[in-house]
Amino acid sequence: MISVEHYVALSSILFMIGGLGFLVRRNVLVALMSIEVMLNACNLAFVAFNRARISPVSASAYGGASHAGQIFAFFVIAVEAAEVAVGLAIVLAFYRLCSTVRSDDANHLKN
Amino acid sequence: MISLAEAYFFLCAFVAVVGSLTVVASRGPIRSAMGLFLVIVAVAGLFLPLHAQFLAAIQFIVYAGAVVVLLLFIIMMLGPDAIPASDRRGLFARVLGASVFIISGTFALALSNHALSALHSSFPQPKMEASFGGIDSFGMILFTDDVVPLELSAALLLVAVVGVLAVAQGHVNGSGKVLADLRATARRAALRADEARGRST
Repeated sequence: MISVEHYVALSSILFMIGGLGFLVRRNVLVALMSIEVMLNACNLAFVAFNRARISPVSASAYGGASHAGQIFAFFVIAVEAAEVAVGLAIVLAFYRLCSTVRSDDANHLKN
Repeated sequence: MISLAEAYFFLCAFVAVVGSLTVVASRGPIRSAMGLFLVIVAVAGLFLPLHAQFLAAIQFIVYAGAVVVLLLFIIMMLGPDAIPASDRRGLFARVLGASVFIISGTFALALSNHALSALHSSFPQPKMEASFGGIDSFGMILFTDDVVPLELSAALLLVAVVGVLAVAQGHVNGSGKVLADLRATARRAALRADEARGRST
């Protein structure tokens, strides 16, 4: 029987892999993709908890908090689309400036 | 004997983990983008048994249809420069940070699973309407209870569009000198880095 622990365990494993990629990789594009993996993991946890906390009363009603986790995941997806667009624009501007996409070459504010 | 639901979950989980490892470990960003696509498809598949059909569809359309394509577009535009030459500067700090993150994450995973199993939290089986998680209930909630966050996210997307146009345009009138200065600084820094690399080898 699949329970919410399975989903939370998978979600935290995905989050860890994404965080690992964000910390280790210096390609800015790969760092952006790692952030997306982490956000997907968060969404999975939100939806799994929403499914686990449904009560028979609220499941039949539209309003209230019956869809709270799913609505939150929906807004995470919206914010994430904006984040990717802005992040890629910054990557593009950075590439125009330095002709590279390595994150540790972005040190113009140093010294 | 595992049931069909368990087999489905473990298949999707396997695909998601393999995809995320591809994102993190592959050298070329195009393979990373393909790994991200695998993660997205697997997570969308996992949304279905959780009664989140609309979210699964949105996941496909927004992530797989827009985000991955946008990423691939940028990667193709950068061409071979999207794979910077590897060097080992700062390797110790990166590996240290990553291992601290992994260790604390493993502890958090163990703790949260311990706490959750105390809840006996297998999914309840209330009589759910077929429309739960569908587009009709989503629309009802988004336009009644959650209309303010919906409008705010619309404003956020508008601001993001304007910001992307402003940033990706390259230069704005009047700031041309600033950009030239930055370019010169970047060139000097690259030269210094090359010299330092040449000394160290």
